[in-house]
Amino acid sequence: MNKDGFEPKIVGFCCNWCSYRGADMAGTARMKSAPNVRIVRVMCSGRVDPIFVLKAFKEGADGVLILGCHPGDCHYAEGNYKAARRVPLLKKMLEQLGIEDERVRLDWVSASEGNRFTKIVNEITAKVKELGPLSRDEREPNG
Amino acid sequence: MAKLKLALYWAASCGGCDVAVLDINEKILDVAELADIVLWPIAMDFKYHHIEAMDDGGIDVCLFNGAVRNSEQEKIAKLLRAKSKVMVAFGSCACFGGIPALGNFTNRNEIFQRAYVEAPTNVNTNGTFPQTLTQVEEGELELPEFYDTVLTLADVVDVEYFVPGCPPPVDLILKVVDALATNSLPPPGAVIASEKTLCDECERKKEEKKITKIYRPHEIIPDPEKCLLEQGIICMGPATRGGCGQRCILANMPCRGCFGPPVGVYDQGAKMLSAIASIYATDGEEDIARMVEEVVDPAGTFYRFGMSASMLKRKRM
Amino acid sequence: MKRITIDPITRLEGHGRIEIFLDAEGNVANAYLQIPELRGFEKFCEGRPVEEMPRITQRICGVCPGAHHMASTKACDALFHVDPPPAAKKLRELYYCAHMCHSHIAHFYALAAPDFVLGPDADPAERNILGVIAKVGLEVGGEVLKHRAYAQEIQAVIGGKATHSVCGLPGGMSRAITEEERADFEEKAKSMVEFGKFSLKLFDDVVLANEDYLGLITGDIYTMKSYYMGLVDANNKVNFYDGDIRVVDPEGKEFAKFKPAEYVDYIGEHTEPWSYLKFPFLKKVGWKGLTEGKESGVYRVAPLARLNVADGMATPIAQEAYERMYQTLGGKPVHATLAFHWARLVELMYAAERLLELCQDKEVTDPNVRTIPTATPDEGVGVVEAPRGTLYHHYKTDERGMVEKVNLIVATVQNNPAMNMSIKKAAQGLIKAGQVVSEGLLNMVEMAYRAYDPCIACATHTLPGQMPLEVIIRDPQGNILQTLSRNVS
Repeated sequence: MNKDGFEPKIVGFCCNWCSYRGADMAGTARMKSAPNVRIVRVMCSGRVDPIFVLKAFKEGADGVLILGCHPGDCHYAEGNYKAARRVPLLKKMLEQLGIEDERVRLDWVSASEGNRFTKIVNEITAKVKELGPLSRDEREPNG
Repeated sequence: MAKLKLALYWAASCGGCDVAVLDINEKILDVAELADIVLWPIAMDFKYHHIEAMDDGGIDVCLFNGAVRNSEQEKIAKLLRAKSKVMVAFGSCACFGGIPALGNFTNRNEIFQRAYVEAPTNVNTNGTFPQTLTQVEEGELELPEFYDTVLTLADVVDVEYFVPGCPPPVDLILKVVDALATNSLPPPGAVIASEKTLCDECERKKEEKKITKIYRPHEIIPDPEKCLLEQGIICMGPATRGGCGQRCILANMPCRGCFGPPVGVYDQGAKMLSAIASIYATDGEEDIARMVEEVVDPAGTFYRFGMSASMLKRKRM
Repeated sequence: MKRITIDPITRLEGHGRIEIFLDAEGNVANAYLQIPELRGFEKFCEGRPVEEMPRITQRICGVCPGAHHMASTKACDALFHVDPPPAAKKLRELYYCAHMCHSHIAHFYALAAPDFVLGPDADPAERNILGVIAKVGLEVGGEVLKHRAYAQEIQAVIGGKATHSVCGLPGGMSRAITEEERADFEEKAKSMVEFGKFSLKLFDDVVLANEDYLGLITGDIYTMKSYYMGLVDANNKVNFYDGDIRVVDPEGKEFAKFKPAEYVDYIGEHTEPWSYLKFPFLKKVGWKGLTEGKESGVYRVAPLARLNVADGMATPIAQEAYERMYQTLGGKPVHATLAFHWARLVELMYAAERLLELCQDKEVTDPNVRTIPTATPDEGVGVVEAPRGTLYHHYKTDERGMVEKVNLIVATVQNNPAMNMSIKKAAQGLIKAGQVVSEGLLNMVEMAYRAYDPCIACATHTLPGQMPLEVIIRDPQGNILQTLSRNVS
């Protein structure tokens, strides 16, 4: 269902200490990646409240990416473990709401992994492109 | 003080909110002293033409229960808004969508298929479906149009007050009546319930919330003194506004969230999901996957009463 | 054709509109009861955990949630192949008798009585529960409110809250009751028995003693010959909570008797385009349209039907009242639609007596009220007699107990064909050429459905669709240029 010309809008929550710096590194090193992810810097992946993800979809995102420090490396010790517990349950709930599993991805990127950041961004962009735009079917009374 | 003019109306509702008003028992006579009821289809014979004939603002307070899911309900909501000084979203359906808003997991076509074609007792070889307009021998018959999506009252008209509950408990109803009688309603926009969560009201023993397994209510016999969440039973208490008298908890069953989100929470389901994830006492990927399996119906449980008021409102189809 | 519209219909549970068409002379050509409401339970319950169904499905109706709660709980027992402990079953039936008391009191006094106590053409501003209390006085009015409150209180203690209880679980109940609670219920039940007698007497004094009303009851415009359906116990006596389903024909002879799981073989549902509410009928007789008599598959449910179907009542005072009713109205079966009101009070009597019996059964305080299900769930049917008729809950689940399919036949829907016919007959009998059609006359047309104590929210738990539409564009020669269609298969 790859609509020609469809460019997904993906919101990317990146934690200040690891993944945001990894994104920075990719940028400084001029690594090429799909331009579809709009980055939002948070202090920790554990800061990502499920409501941020819902809001992103409501406001027009086709996908959401959440990147944190590798397990064991979280600057706040446990924040990424919180995300690791939350996100799988959120994905299951979103599936019930018609938002496919591949539209949301939680992963770990360290400050030195610019290439890993790039790889993940390209992967999610390709996946969401294939899925197509998220239906804007919302509340209009007549369906 | 001249008698108030009071209207009670029901949209996509079950009638429980109207029965709740009758449950104030003899205090109904106090209401009759205070107000002339000008519309109450369950109990009184006033028709739509009586309302249409009224002046705008001729009704002092309208208690509107039920969600909005067809064109007639939207039309009457707008009619009553025009004729009323104060609109109250009465009950969980009008406030958040309620149980009928579970219809937002599906749509008109799917429900249509199930009701008129699939159901095993149907005998419908001609494939007849209800129509918004039907020609019969004598003339034309109309039916309202059904929407794909269930809406809250506030989605279609301005609402001054919200009284949550499925149904609202008698003491909250009397609070509203009292406020009307003494002309002491809170500022518009208020939710007439507690400012705290159900957990604050719940009298069970709360120790440490760390669970390793989730149980469905029929799988175990819970300890009647201990917090249900701590025993692994999903209870919506942490993400639900209080003020209901912990009635379900007292019957040894978990809260399902009918009072809606607490103050400052914009999406009840998201909040509850966070709460459950927070109390998992495990970090291994396998354990987490198992726990996710054990939450058998996250959307249907966390949004049991609140689909219409939720951020996403409905399933994307 | 000239038309008279009654919109909305009132003093019942639910939404509806009556359209009456008059011919050129001014007589009634036809009348339609249109139901505009629907919600879709049979679809949106798919994907829900089945043990949540007793809590979800009771939101089909806030006047009879207890009925849905019990039918759903029994369906869950069936699909989990689990047998609750005896105390749980007794506690459920106790709860359920209290529920029947609340519902029948609410209907008779708040919804039906205004027509008889104030008169069918009284001012609408007075023709309601407040008017009834003003007329009968605070003492009597207080007794009415008090006893319905007793019934609600009993349900609230057992179920958490009266409207939308939480106690029903596959395999039992969520809580047992204490001796203190039982003793309190017993006192309330004793008072309820007295109130049952009082209500029957009131009906005697206000309705039966009034020649005009008695004439209305036995008269032709409110009479309809149909089949009848209801639950009966092993002795063929009325039972609200459990039993087999029995059907009798318009002459009162047994036509069928079946178990809950067999209902699909007996009940069919027909659809008309002008109402969202379906039209159930007996499959073995067939759908012959909105017609009366033995050849038509139309059947009725609820109090009069239950009494017609049974061989008697299981408690003494109710049995006496039952015999008196049939004696007065000329033997079984009684086809007079307004007699539903009388039958309802006979049932209130039985519910009160049965409530007292159960309150006095010491086993009802046994703390063991749960059996944990162990079998793999699959499919089950739960049936009870709701205040407004036989109620069927049928669920199919996957091996984890997640709901896959739901079918519900909900009490009042089974009276839909009969209500249509009763309304038409009443309209034809009351509205004649050259007559002024007053508000009171229209109210008397409404009395034709009000006797059934309809619950439209129950009846229309389902949802409708969109009109199939086809547009054909032709050129001047009649050749088709383009066809546009929607929902046309």
